[in-house]
Amino acid sequence: MKKIFILSFLIILQSTFAHSLIKVDITRGNLDPLPIAVSPLHVDPKSEISENIKVKELGDKISEVIENNFRATGLFNPLKKEAFVQKPDIAHLKPRFEDWRLIKAQALVTGKLLVKDDKLKIEFRLWDLTASKEMIALAFTTTPTNWRRVAHIISDKIYERLTGEEGYFDTRVIYVAESGPKDRRVKKLAIMDQDGANTKYLTLGNELVLTPRFNPANQLVTYLSYFRNLPRVYLLDIETGVQEVVGNFPGMTFAPRFSPDGKKIIMSFAKDGNSDIYTMDLETRVVERITDHSSIDTSPSYSPDGKYIAFNSDRSGLQQIYVMKSDGSNVKRVTFGKGLYGTPVWSPRGDLIAFTKVRKGRFYIGVMRVDGTGERLLTENYYQEAPSWSPNGRVLIFYRETKSDSKGKGHSAKLWSIDITGYNERKIKTETDASDPSWSSLLSK
Amino acid sequence: MTRSLIYSLFFHAIIILLTILSLPFMLRQPIDLPPIVSVELIQISDKTNIPYAPKARKVIEKVKKEEKRVVSEQAPPAAKAKEKPDRIPMPDEEKEEKKLVKKKQNPEEVEPQVRQSSEFEKKEIIDTNQIAALIDKAKEEEALTEKTSSKLTQSSQKNSFASGLTLSQEDALRAQIFGCWSIPLGLPYDDNLLVRIKLKLKKDGTVLKSEILDHERMNRPDQKFYKILAESALRAVRICQPLKVPPTGYEKWKDLQLNFNPTEMLKG
Repeated sequence: MKKIFILSFLIILQSTFAHSLIKVDITRGNLDPLPIAVSPLHVDPKSEISENIKVKELGDKISEVIENNFRATGLFNPLKKEAFVQKPDIAHLKPRFEDWRLIKAQALVTGKLLVKDDKLKIEFRLWDLTASKEMIALAFTTTPTNWRRVAHIISDKIYERLTGEEGYFDTRVIYVAESGPKDRRVKKLAIMDQDGANTKYLTLGNELVLTPRFNPANQLVTYLSYFRNLPRVYLLDIETGVQEVVGNFPGMTFAPRFSPDGKKIIMSFAKDGNSDIYTMDLETRVVERITDHSSIDTSPSYSPDGKYIAFNSDRSGLQQIYVMKSDGSNVKRVTFGKGLYGTPVWSPRGDLIAFTKVRKGRFYIGVMRVDGTGERLLTENYYQEAPSWSPNGRVLIFYRETKSDSKGKGHSAKLWSIDITGYNERKIKTETDASDPSWSSLLSK
Repeated sequence: MTRSLIYSLFFHAIIILLTILSLPFMLRQPIDLPPIVSVELIQISDKTNIPYAPKARKVIEKVKKEEKRVVSEQAPPAAKAKEKPDRIPMPDEEKEEKKLVKKKQNPEEVEPQVRQSSEFEKKEIIDTNQIAALIDKAKEEEALTEKTSSKLTQSSQKNSFASGLTLSQEDALRAQIFGCWSIPLGLPYDDNLLVRIKLKLKKDGTVLKSEILDHERMNRPDQKFYKILAESALRAVRICQPLKVPPTGYEKWKDLQLNFNPTEMLKG
């Protein structure tokens, strides 16, 4: 009996030990960009010749746009095409995974296009090379001239599949295009794709334009323009080109911006030497006063849920950032750091506020949590301001001016972008000098 | 009134006097503390222990016999013999040791040193040769034990339970996977994003089977980020294989669980 007891005890003990599993915690990884191969899109030989577009080159061009988009994120490393072993047509059917793994690629994009009946049909596939399987496959049909947008949409789909967050490639940026000497600057309203292509000028430059802002809900733009030396707030529909004056406010008006639902405009205007924040309902045109304080309150920006407003005010003596409820109650100061804080912009994700900080004559673009904690200064320069968020809340676009020399030369204003991690600072190519950028929401949404 | 005034003055004077006399002595010189030496406390497993030299083992065994109670608390006596297979050095280590021995025995290199060396140094050279001989002996012993214990026994499993991988083995594996894992940067850092992957490994460290333990989370529409993270973790494992696993103790690590948690990295 005793033996049986001991034996059974030993068996239980053994089984317990046999099933013990070694566990290893992996808490670190590399932040290197993911190596991705973007194979040129295979052009179907049945494709017809289309006017104005070289169909044969289209496959290369589309893959180039996708590649440039990925490279600009800093999260992907598109591999050189010279190293590709497999031809695009075969790769699109069934890639030889081992060939692609040889060049250290972890993901592969293949695709093919067909132009027929003046329509462009594009299909693409994303492959996980380590798992040897397809991750996503989609097809689009559009007019052949629209090929750049399709390239951006494909980039968005791949970005979303690989990172888990929405892409921001099929978007546009509106900005103020500047030209001429500093004392006689011509400022036009301009719009371009987020990668700098397709620039269009929306105003002639007769009047000064300032602070264009996209409506987060659609493709409407609000901006400020001077008419007979008086600032007016305009609304412009980019799709139709229709423009209207929202209001002729007494005194100076600053920084109009849309509410998240696009139904209101929030701005500040000066009355009797005192700036306060107002909203205007775009349907009823009813103006409502939000702040009533003897200090200067400017640069209001809604939280994405519309419940709060961030703004800057000098009510404590120095310009700092405050957050209040959307009805103007419960005003709380959120920045307490040294220096001046301004132009708060709430992230579309709702978790951060971007701002401009001025300290000891230097300008910083930074982000912080909405309660003011966790301040991170992303970039520092001689003069830079007006951050605007990408629709997914990952990248900021802003403008930076360089100092002019004693003769007044060398001054320039350019658009720059930076990741919220503080990495991947990039200059965005624009035809002219540029300032005051605003990033649109996704066009295809 | 005057008396109380005198008392007051007298006592005040005493207090002032005491203060003047005692204050300089109250001054304490700052204690000259030695610099702080940081010591990392680590849990030592059987493999991390330096193998006993044959002589030292005898001494230790003697001591242990004398302190029987302590022995019984630390480990059952039967476990001593079963520890042997674990003490076999890795093949890489063996090679290195052999090379070293060869160098020392090389007459061209050693001779000039002997001529110029002091007596103390001579002793040292002789000692190294002796050590080399000892190592060779030890190897023979270990080879014998390996032959006898080629089949894995219950006892070795026991050891694996007690220790798992050694710290250095675990670190090597971890470092290897750190290098292969590209963390998707778009993930929210405040979510619970722990991905647990259970692996079945071959003896050479290649992956026979990988299984995500919370697999049902992968296909939930609200768990998009989890899916991305799980895929990145699987990619890391595939890129890394063969994994850096110890050459011995296959039974211990043939099933391995990796817990991928990017929270620290994403918080920055």
